[in-house]
Amino acid sequence: MVRITRAIDFSASLRYRRPELSAAENRRLFGRAAMPHGHNYRLEVTLCGTPDPVSGMVLDLKQLKDLLEREVVARFDHRDLVADTPYFEKEVPTPENFASLLYRLLEAALPSGMLAAIRLYQDPDCFVDVTAPGAGA
Amino acid sequence: MISVTRRYWFPAAHVLRSPALSDAENTALYGKCANPHGHGHNYGLEVSVAGARNSRTGWIVPPETLDALVRERVLERFNHCLLNEDPLFRDLVPSAENIAMVVYRELAAPLAEASGGRLVRVGVIETPRNRFDYEETR
Repeated sequence: MVRITRAIDFSASLRYRRPELSAAENRRLFGRAAMPHGHNYRLEVTLCGTPDPVSGMVLDLKQLKDLLEREVVARFDHRDLVADTPYFEKEVPTPENFASLLYRLLEAALPSGMLAAIRLYQDPDCFVDVTAPGAGA
Repeated sequence: MISVTRRYWFPAAHVLRSPALSDAENTALYGKCANPHGHGHNYGLEVSVAGARNSRTGWIVPPETLDALVRERVLERFNHCLLNEDPLFRDLVPSAENIAMVVYRELAAPLAEASGGRLVRVGVIETPRNRFDYEETR
């Protein structure tokens, strides 16, 4: 079993908002995260698998690059996570929720069982890890 | 499993010196790290918390709760100090390994009490080239 990790960078704006709460209540609950702001995200995607006996690769990195471009960059780069995507109408775009969403999107797009883990950096000092069940920490 | 990690920074000094050893033995073991006047690092501290995401806020632990806990229990204690003088290191060499273990023990219970989150790792970045992770064996 080999693990390979590829990183991508993208930037997006967001704000935390529960639709059932007033602006003042959202501000109280979420603090400054309730204000419009943005992050330079870095996503590290870790795959695991057995290298193909002919190519020597778990997955062609070009293929992985294209997949990440389509699934992540095209959807989220230089967009507003709340206004420009359908994913945060009911959920707040915390790094936990965003990482969880990215994990689901990538798991569905990749060959079954290949996704081992992702790490989403919201900034250099805050990141979220999502690990496949049974893949270890 | 999902976990969130926040990283903090504190400059501090330490001396690597074991009371069980003579001066000569300490110098032989720790080299320049045993210099009696100490030396310092910009320590990075990574705190990883696992648990369920709150369905309303989307947080495993509110960042302000975690920040306040780390500030009160660790940063205000260790920031700009000689770690050897802290009671936590009275009988313990303040190696980065031991700093990670000590911080883990300081944070685990109050974190569970304050948030329901589970502390799964404490990482100490001693220099950009050295890092030390402590995880509780489950």
